[in-house]
Amino acid sequence: MSGKVITVTSGKGGVGKTTVTANLSVALASLGKRVVAIDSDIGLRNLDIVMGLENRIVYDLVDVVEGRCRLRQAMIRDKRLPELYLIPAAQTRDKNAVSPTDMVVVCDQLRLEMDYILIDCPAGIERGFRNAIAPADQVLIVSNPEVSSVRDADRIIGLVEAEEKGPARLIINRLKPAMVARQEMLSVNDVLEILNIELIGIVPEDESVVISTNRGQPLVLSGQNGASAGQAFRNIARRLDGQDVPFIDLTHRESFIDRLKGWVSGRN
Amino acid sequence: MNWLTKLFGQKEKSGSLAKSRLQMVLVHDRSQISPGLMEQIKDDIIAVIARHLSIDPDNVEVNLTSTQTESRLVAEIPLKPNGRRKTTAYSLE
Repeated sequence: MSGKVITVTSGKGGVGKTTVTANLSVALASLGKRVVAIDSDIGLRNLDIVMGLENRIVYDLVDVVEGRCRLRQAMIRDKRLPELYLIPAAQTRDKNAVSPTDMVVVCDQLRLEMDYILIDCPAGIERGFRNAIAPADQVLIVSNPEVSSVRDADRIIGLVEAEEKGPARLIINRLKPAMVARQEMLSVNDVLEILNIELIGIVPEDESVVISTNRGQPLVLSGQNGASAGQAFRNIARRLDGQDVPFIDLTHRESFIDRLKGWVSGRN
Repeated sequence: MNWLTKLFGQKEKSGSLAKSRLQMVLVHDRSQISPGLMEQIKDDIIAVIARHLSIDPDNVEVNLTSTQTESRLVAEIPLKPNGRRKTTAYSLE
């Protein structure tokens, strides 16, 4: 069977595409799948440092496309898992060093040996986006529950449909359940109603994402269970793999102290 | 939120404000009609109608509305009061 290409995109920068790509790649690999993550953000590579593989880069995606190395040589193996690889982006070139056709050719080769090929898309809607979307079988859109991110997600959903790569599925990242409970943040239902798209995961805001990224250690291997980002990523990976996994209940339950504070400040 | 704001009515929560602002802006984004183009359309409609009818240009309203399935451009064009007759409005959809 041929491998699936999954592109992670968002339009807006800084919403967590790279974190999502890294964690889903590791989570799928820990399910025993053969996985390769591709950083398509030529000139601004980051997937390598998030995955903790930044010191092992010899060749990159542009070297492959321009024929300076074989595909296998640019695939850095993550030794923590049996079958996880990274193809890093070039740091000294720009998006035009790779074409959508190049991406299709590279991914078609990878499909023969891998179960999943995850592509970390750059921010924006220009060449980098078209490169990342060209080989996609499935598209995941990452959005934070805030206005600028949701607006850009809406634009991207339209572009994905125009490229006939839809229907895309949505990951709501960095949700703060306590703020949603106070009605000071868009809820999951608000975002779904606005975007009218299928949901594949809700990732709560979680300090351990920053901590594990600081260490270059994948959160999904170390993260706790329960209502944590690590668990959310593991669940999304299982849904991608076709399993039916219920969503974590992220409803915020006010503690007695919260209620007391609300009462004192006049908020009910 | 303190006792005073509670007494004098609650401010709208930012979550629902975010939702309604997004819904408004996305109607324009999706139809690729900018607020500037809307103004242009409005001015053109006023010019065309005013050639035939006496209208009240200051109260013309042109808006985009949107549901899950369709978007429409709605124009409200009030006519100038004409003698004893009451004001009527033409609705163009």
